[in-house]
Amino acid sequence: MPADHPPPPVLRLKGITKRFGPLLANDGISLELDRGEVLALLGENGAGKSTLVAILFGHYVADAGSVEVDGRTLPPGQPRAALDAGVGMVHQHFTLADNLSVLDNVMLGTESLWWPFSRRDAGRRRLLELGMRFGLAVDPLARVASLSVGERQRVEILKALYRGARVLILDEPTAVLTPQESDTLFATLRQMVAAGLAIIFISHKLDEVLRVSHRIAVLRGGRLVAVLPTAGADKPLLAEAMVGRSVEMPRRAAAPARQGAPACELRAATVLSREHGRGRPLLDAVDLQVQAGEIVAVAGVSGNGQAVLADLLCGQVALDGGSLRVADRPLPARPRAFVHAGVARIPEDRHAVGVVGDLALWENAVLERYHRPAYARFGVMKRRQAMAAAQALVERFDVRGTEAAGVHTVTRRLSGGNMQKLILGRALMAGREFGATPPLIVANQPTWGLDVGAVAYVHQQLLDAAAGGSGVLLISEDLEEVFALADRIAVMHRGRLGEPRPARAWTLASIGLAMAGGGQRQAAATAVARS
Amino acid sequence: MRLERRDTPSRRAALLAPVAAIAGTLVVASLLVAWAGAPVAQAYWLLLEGGFGSRFAITETLTRATPLILTGLAAAVAFRARLYNIGAEGQLYLGALAAVAVGGLHGGSGWAAPVWLLFPAMLAAAALAGALLLLGPALMKSRLGVDEVVTTLLLNFIVLLFVGAMLDGPMKDPAAMGWPQSVALQEPLQLDRLVERSRVHSGLPAALLAALLLWALLKFTTHGFEIRAVGANARAAAFAGMPVGWVTVKVALLSGALAGLAGAIEVAGRAGYVTLDMSPGYGYSGIVIAMLAALHPLGVVAAAVFVAGILVGADSLSRAVGVPTYIADVIVATALIAVLVATLFTQYRVRWAGSR
Amino acid sequence: MTELLDLLLAAPFWISVLRVATPLILGTLGVLLCERAGVLNLGIEGIMVAGAFAGWLAVYAGASLWGGVAVAAATGGLIGALHALLTVSLALSQHVAGLGLTMLATSLASYAYRVSFPKVDTPPTVEPFAPMAWLPIPVLGAQTPLTLLALLLVPLTGWLLYRTPLGLALRTVGENPAAAEGQGLSVAGLRYGAVIAGSALMGVAGSFLTLAAFNAFFFNMVNGRGWVCVALVVFASWRPGQALAGALLFAFFDALQLRLQQAGSGLLGVELPYQLYLMLPYVMAIVALVVMARRASTPQALMKPYRKGER
Repeated sequence: MPADHPPPPVLRLKGITKRFGPLLANDGISLELDRGEVLALLGENGAGKSTLVAILFGHYVADAGSVEVDGRTLPPGQPRAALDAGVGMVHQHFTLADNLSVLDNVMLGTESLWWPFSRRDAGRRRLLELGMRFGLAVDPLARVASLSVGERQRVEILKALYRGARVLILDEPTAVLTPQESDTLFATLRQMVAAGLAIIFISHKLDEVLRVSHRIAVLRGGRLVAVLPTAGADKPLLAEAMVGRSVEMPRRAAAPARQGAPACELRAATVLSREHGRGRPLLDAVDLQVQAGEIVAVAGVSGNGQAVLADLLCGQVALDGGSLRVADRPLPARPRAFVHAGVARIPEDRHAVGVVGDLALWENAVLERYHRPAYARFGVMKRRQAMAAAQALVERFDVRGTEAAGVHTVTRRLSGGNMQKLILGRALMAGREFGATPPLIVANQPTWGLDVGAVAYVHQQLLDAAAGGSGVLLISEDLEEVFALADRIAVMHRGRLGEPRPARAWTLASIGLAMAGGGQRQAAATAVARS
Repeated sequence: MRLERRDTPSRRAALLAPVAAIAGTLVVASLLVAWAGAPVAQAYWLLLEGGFGSRFAITETLTRATPLILTGLAAAVAFRARLYNIGAEGQLYLGALAAVAVGGLHGGSGWAAPVWLLFPAMLAAAALAGALLLLGPALMKSRLGVDEVVTTLLLNFIVLLFVGAMLDGPMKDPAAMGWPQSVALQEPLQLDRLVERSRVHSGLPAALLAALLLWALLKFTTHGFEIRAVGANARAAAFAGMPVGWVTVKVALLSGALAGLAGAIEVAGRAGYVTLDMSPGYGYSGIVIAMLAALHPLGVVAAAVFVAGILVGADSLSRAVGVPTYIADVIVATALIAVLVATLFTQYRVRWAGSR
Repeated sequence: MTELLDLLLAAPFWISVLRVATPLILGTLGVLLCERAGVLNLGIEGIMVAGAFAGWLAVYAGASLWGGVAVAAATGGLIGALHALLTVSLALSQHVAGLGLTMLATSLASYAYRVSFPKVDTPPTVEPFAPMAWLPIPVLGAQTPLTLLALLLVPLTGWLLYRTPLGLALRTVGENPAAAEGQGLSVAGLRYGAVIAGSALMGVAGSFLTLAAFNAFFFNMVNGRGWVCVALVVFASWRPGQALAGALLFAFFDALQLRLQQAGSGLLGVELPYQLYLMLPYVMAIVALVVMARRASTPQALMKPYRKGER
């Protein structure tokens, strides 16, 4: 009788190494994945998780190492080969064509390009079947642009299932979901595993990883530092493995609220959509007050109006109804007016909106205030003064990456964390005209994509600014961040802002419920009563 | 084949790039010359000599370079702000027409004003004409999102027809025996010759001054800062508070004005009147010159002289060995593409698929 | 006024409308294919000149008329391949690459013509396509076969884009290349294919001028028609059916201005300089762009170069 050999792993990575210039993103990583198993890939931002799976899927070519599916080596750099071998990937940033339908997106690439007919009816039936089987219901003929974020993720998963994926990779899938939607996702994953799929689940959130996985692989600085069964692992152990040192995450100490005029006040603020004529409200009668010295957080799943709220408070969008006052003055909808009023603004997308990548560091440091008397006279720029101010910024805010060229470093070359420090410094130092700190700070996803050290730094800066008297409005989809920093939390859903409550008054369950739209008294209701 | 961004632009590639570009261009040109049946080496010699090899050649080249510097600057400043002004040709013609309208006899302004008043007025009219012509497409772009490449291009055709209508009608020179040409500028308004017995005129130092001023504007002033920021990343510039719409308008006015001035200076410095063929594509060549100069104002001067030399040399080449003058356009267009490709390799390196 | 109406109702007018529209239909379909895949091809003006010249030269050298058309298509495809190399593989600015290629193709064609025919007073001619007398349909029967080809290509292109897997792939590449990449398709391959095919159509559009509309090659033959096609694609919202409508509308105005010119002051009652009539088509093209500006649904990835795997 031949001995029972365990079935070979469905996926095997051997010695994967990848460099991007001086950065070693993956360093000799070897991993195995069995059928019917959920392997969590844990690591902080920048640890190399996304790079690893991108190599697996064929988006990148590894410098060394190989990928085997069912014992057969995959040719590198060909997503086609990975797909044919049964590897499916749900990307962190969805790869969907918005103007096309769900069915279009799912069927793309599944039929031979040389065949002149497309079997759409059969495709639609198969899609509906899969949706029912795994609880991922979506209308096949709906245009992707009209779907919510959660529904789009379902389409991404269906894409993989439609192609008969046996290995499914999910890259930070819960970043865009409410806690309840995450629960639903986990249930779906359990069903898929029961059906024989193998899953790689990438995350930096310890709770989820402990809940959903069978094994955990921890990446740090590009290297695989630990592989352990989930049973028996706990948060402190994982956190230590992930970060390698204990990082003290700043937390908000209780502070007395200041009296006086609020740093920022919104009353019944309404912004209407500009698409297809004045349509549905993007912001619906929002009431919000931020006092000096307090941190108010707006939580919510992305796409519920946070971006519009941020644009409003940065001066980029005009109100269609209601009022906005900063330091008790109404401001015109021009970014420059907000800059002059001392509003420190940290945008969501540091590369595309925060800095002009091709300009030098010193030029970005004065990007908001180059026209002020301090930096220009009669239209001629005072370059020396501007460069000196930039140098002071670099030193005070610990902006690294400037060894070679100093303040003349091309901004594009800075790492994400250093770029964020530059933006932060630019915003905070500007307030010096108004006292030690700016009267109002608007921070939109300020730590997205940063490693733990940079996150701690940004949090500390925000806390210090609040202690110094700034009113801070934090817009964030990261609930850990929200609970760590905020005095009061309000939840945004479909353009409406719920009543802000003290941070202590929220639980994960209640906030998740609010994010999904239920169970809280709308602040708008009181506005109606008032009018 | 894949392109991978370098961390620091390669020094070596930056020096080799223009050389490689010129070499590539020469290869193409050689093939064409050989096809025309002319001896290749001799052809190159004639080209160089015709462009730069004698007093006459150099003065001719400098004369041709004068409007090219200005249209090159017009393209450079516009492209810096990502406003693709392809309409310099039309702006040049309209500027020339405006200049003659103000400063010409019989059908011009007919002012009996002193020269020191009329001359600047003439230039101002030309600059204004060019500026306003580009303003339309610029506004269409910033307000309506209409691609300015097609609108400026189509306007060139429209303007040329308009100028033709003017030359046949209201602004026709009655003494010109039926040729469609405009009334001539009053004598005192025409530009002096810089060098005797040549056609180089005092428009050249004016063009050089314009290049210097534009360079200073871009590097040292807030306006230049805004132009560079908006061109590099308009969203970030808007977020930081820069008035992007205004900047686009300013750039359009400046670029159009430079092209209009090119027209005025050509008229004042050369024939003294406007004809339909006064510009052999100076507006389009200006774009190539701007790209060759990597949008740098001082580089535009060098590139303009280079291109002018090729154009003049090709004329001489054509007279000597019968190679069609179109070879100049081929050389210039090839040089453009070659420089683009070569410059790319300073910022990116090539990786072949499947390699490490 | 009644004279104007008589003119508009007479068959010869519509015959010339259809004839003027043919190169526009072909050119616009060509630009449409490129732009649907996300590539702006400003080389069209030069490709049309090159196609006009190459097709004509082939026929002059002894090829059949359809052989000439094939040569024109191949010439267009070749220039298109160069464009794709510059903009897809090397990710250079699509504006500059296109304009550079237009300049190159135009000057090369002119140079080649001058070298081949050094001293000629009247341009040498070929025997052009004959009208399709065998077709019993009124206005259509007076056209040449290339017009029929152009009209047939409209529904064919529509079917390709909307009903075949290849068309879906092409459209996706123009909307979100990452989506195509994620489904295992080659973005570069699809873009190359679209640009080469589109440019081949542009070449055929050029050959229509020298092999059907006229019978010789003139400098300034294309005269901005390529740019009009670029404007017409926006007007057509990137849909083949609307492209046909736009081309016919434009051709209507072009044929009209020609008649108005010829009729002098007769039709409108006032003498206008002929240049004003010639301006009309170009002005219409700009108006079309402005009118469609806000409403057009541009392919989302148009003019954005796609660099695989760049951080």
